[in-house]
Amino acid sequence: MSDLFDRPAAGSAKSAPLVGDDCEPTLFEFASPGRRAYSLRTTGIPEWTATELIPAEHLREDPLELTEVSERDLVGHFTRLAHRQYSVDLGAYPLGSCTMKYNPKTCDEAAGMRSFAGVHPETPAHAVQGWMQILVELEEALCTITGMAAATLQPAAGAAGELTGLLLMRAYHAANDDVRTRVIIPDSAHGTNPASVTLGGYEVTTVGSDDRGFVDVDQLRAALGTDVAGIMLTNPNTLGLFEEDIVEIAKMVHEVGGLLYYDGANLNPILGVVRPGDMGFDIVNMNLHKTFATPHGGGGPGAGPVAVSKRLVEFLPGPRPVRSNDRESTFELLFPPKSIGRVHSYYGNALVLLRAWTYIRLNGADGLRRIADMAVLNANWLREQLRGTYDFPYDRPVMHECVVSVSGLKRATGMRALDVAKRLLEFGFHSPTVYFPLIVDEALMIEPTETESPETVAAIARALIEIAHEALASASAGEALRSAQAPRSTPVRRVDEARAARKLVSTFDAR
Amino acid sequence: MPDFVPHTQHDIGEMLSFLGLESTEDLFAVVPPAIRLAGGLDLPMGISEADVTEQLYSIGAMNASVGVGGSGLVCFAGGGSYDHEVPAVTRALAGRSEFVTAYTPYQPEVAQGVLQALFEYQTFISRITGLEISNSSLYDGSAALVEGVNLAVAESGDSRVIVSSGVHPRWRGVLETFAAGTGHQLEVVPLNNGLTDWASVEGTNAGCVVVGYPNYLGAIESLSSARELADRLGALLVVCQDPVAAGLLKSPGELGADVVVGEAQAFGTALSFGGPYLGFFACHHRLVRRLPGRLVGETVDLDDKRSYVTTLRAREQDIRREKASSNVCTNETLMAVTAAIQLGWLGTQGIREIALAGARAARYGLQRLTEIPGVQPSCTAPIFREFSVKLPIPASLAIDRLLDEGYLAGIALLDGFEGTPYEGDLLIAFTERRTKSEIDSFADALTKVITR
Repeated sequence: MSDLFDRPAAGSAKSAPLVGDDCEPTLFEFASPGRRAYSLRTTGIPEWTATELIPAEHLREDPLELTEVSERDLVGHFTRLAHRQYSVDLGAYPLGSCTMKYNPKTCDEAAGMRSFAGVHPETPAHAVQGWMQILVELEEALCTITGMAAATLQPAAGAAGELTGLLLMRAYHAANDDVRTRVIIPDSAHGTNPASVTLGGYEVTTVGSDDRGFVDVDQLRAALGTDVAGIMLTNPNTLGLFEEDIVEIAKMVHEVGGLLYYDGANLNPILGVVRPGDMGFDIVNMNLHKTFATPHGGGGPGAGPVAVSKRLVEFLPGPRPVRSNDRESTFELLFPPKSIGRVHSYYGNALVLLRAWTYIRLNGADGLRRIADMAVLNANWLREQLRGTYDFPYDRPVMHECVVSVSGLKRATGMRALDVAKRLLEFGFHSPTVYFPLIVDEALMIEPTETESPETVAAIARALIEIAHEALASASAGEALRSAQAPRSTPVRRVDEARAARKLVSTFDAR
Repeated sequence: MPDFVPHTQHDIGEMLSFLGLESTEDLFAVVPPAIRLAGGLDLPMGISEADVTEQLYSIGAMNASVGVGGSGLVCFAGGGSYDHEVPAVTRALAGRSEFVTAYTPYQPEVAQGVLQALFEYQTFISRITGLEISNSSLYDGSAALVEGVNLAVAESGDSRVIVSSGVHPRWRGVLETFAAGTGHQLEVVPLNNGLTDWASVEGTNAGCVVVGYPNYLGAIESLSSARELADRLGALLVVCQDPVAAGLLKSPGELGADVVVGEAQAFGTALSFGGPYLGFFACHHRLVRRLPGRLVGETVDLDDKRSYVTTLRAREQDIRREKASSNVCTNETLMAVTAAIQLGWLGTQGIREIALAGARAARYGLQRLTEIPGVQPSCTAPIFREFSVKLPIPASLAIDRLLDEGYLAGIALLDGFEGTPYEGDLLIAFTERRTKSEIDSFADALTKVITR
């Protein structure tokens, strides 16, 4: 372990005060009949009764009971819930493949501007030229970054982008009267990939990884045929490794008439370094809530634009905002001739797209490249700190994240990847992704991102090393593992997941 | 430009030397030189926050937005996107960075805030829909409809899908797009005087019947007729509900719906040019194993303290992969948390009050607008808070002219209504935010633009 950067880590939440240790009651338990928070405009409209307005057969007999609380109590409740929630603003979030970087506040302010947020999606195109400009410029920037010809911004998240990509594949082959039934996915792929393939009407063919952690080219060659619609790849892959054979893979897939789909979950470390279009990809999905710093909202909203090469542009979802030659407007809406149709009611998660536009403007070409450099530097530096303590199943330089294994420590001490993850919470850091990718035993997938300082990355490394040493010491002393009881400093301790599933209580009324 | 990366030159030097590298370029030695980008990205250099803000204000000035206090358009457009009250308290709480900058709650010990808010959201949606199980959100109304149909087809084993043409035309469009992959056979049922003409449906079996409640034209459909048809065909009934209507109308669950989906933007989310919105999804408890998306359940921790966790995870894509009930992963959690806050603000009295105020405004609007010569309702079916009218000029022309008068007049019924008696009509919506004087002035402005 290096003794560099042994200063206080700004990314540790260990000092976060958590007052008290009671549970927070639900909003329903606070209800008191007659108490209220709302107030509405004075309208001056005649106060017809419900039965004067709507036939009695349609009216409910009993009121719809929600809750009855004061504004002050509403604020208290949700503020206390906020205090029971970890977030990037609180501390480092090295969750592999999730790219939990800092989200600039100015992007949130942009999304709150009434001139954008107050626009109804059915407003005629000539009256929303500002929005059209944002969408067109974002599309152009994303195409420049990925090396593609055009993009749709409609998909609302990564999985929606995947399905859109598969439907584009389907439309492309159908237009060539070419019936294809299979899509190839490596065994290290994200779980959304195979689920999307099924919804796209294809069968999944899985190919394995070789001993370097790359797609096994021989297995791929054997799996390829003229019934293959395409392949879905993440590059860098979920081991954090750059697929060095990508050019050969692209050539092989194209030779049988298949298309290459790029899962953009891991785009962050290649910004300005190498472009999916130049690697040979035909369809590129991006997660703006990862690479382009739009906040993840505790599980959404995201945005999953899909960029395509020239031969697929005519199939893109419509309507598309495009530059116009019309004198009245600079931008207009176009439905591509062979469009697969709409994949969203309107233009996608517009306010998320606006945040990404703002982020790209702020960073520019120079800032985006610096993001890639520092994301990769942090990941490799962190990994080297862990050498000798954790196992490196695929020992190669990484890109944005590193995957280490707890299997050796587990054999020696009984400590599992889950225990390490839970114990790390007590050091004030969010856990890494655990047990993924599936091809690594007892995996910890760690993505520090570029916005964590070297001090923070060093503190994460020190914590992981201390957890390992502590387990070894406990094991040799024949004592119980401290990590097995972790976390103890959090609002609740480990939860009984089996009970939640066995005895389902998913609403207050089911209690 | 602002720098969101904390590394100093000194830091970078130390880190590279620890790795035995000379420059950051060496970090990318694994990328084949032949495909590396020469010369960097062809984008402008970064600029300051202040400069970007200047640009945003000038670009935003080219948008006609809905306003407050005469500062923007008065909104009479709806169709799933409504100009409802969003109080300061909802914006302040929903904007808390603990909710905004969290990831999906994978570690429940440090995610009780989001998990409990979602549990409360699920409770609200369950009560609004009248069904036991609600998931914790989907992308928007169209996505929720697609998932509802997928569930119904999987459960019934029949891919024939009967869809009322009173279902949101854009949602029907999305349904059609995704049917290319799933192979579902969609059949659209016409409207008769604003209500679905179920009698025109032939055949003896189907997997799913879909109806709007109220429908896109604002008319209150008879769910018992839809239920009867579903029973005759051995199909599941999927209802697209306007959740605000639940303040006054019987719940779809009570009327026999198996699945209820819809758009809950009305609960605290701005118009947002169409997204991010909030798709809600509720179903009968017997269908829970097929539920798409995430579900939060209550449990206890090691110390027997009440806790929340995402549950029945075996349905989900990261575990079941190609056999998952859906591919949904990231959804719209922040909008669901927002809805929980807004529904807490509204409460039992408020949800009834906004439903009633919308219905009153619609009644008043219908009276005032149909006094104008040449303006008549498209149908006489009972309505909730939205209706369509025939105008003596094309609706899109009226909308353009009324923009200049300060109104977003509504939606021209074009896409999805081709060849129907409603094609070219104007769909007009009302919420608790519309006042008598706004409606009076709107009627005057409409009179002016159609007689121009």
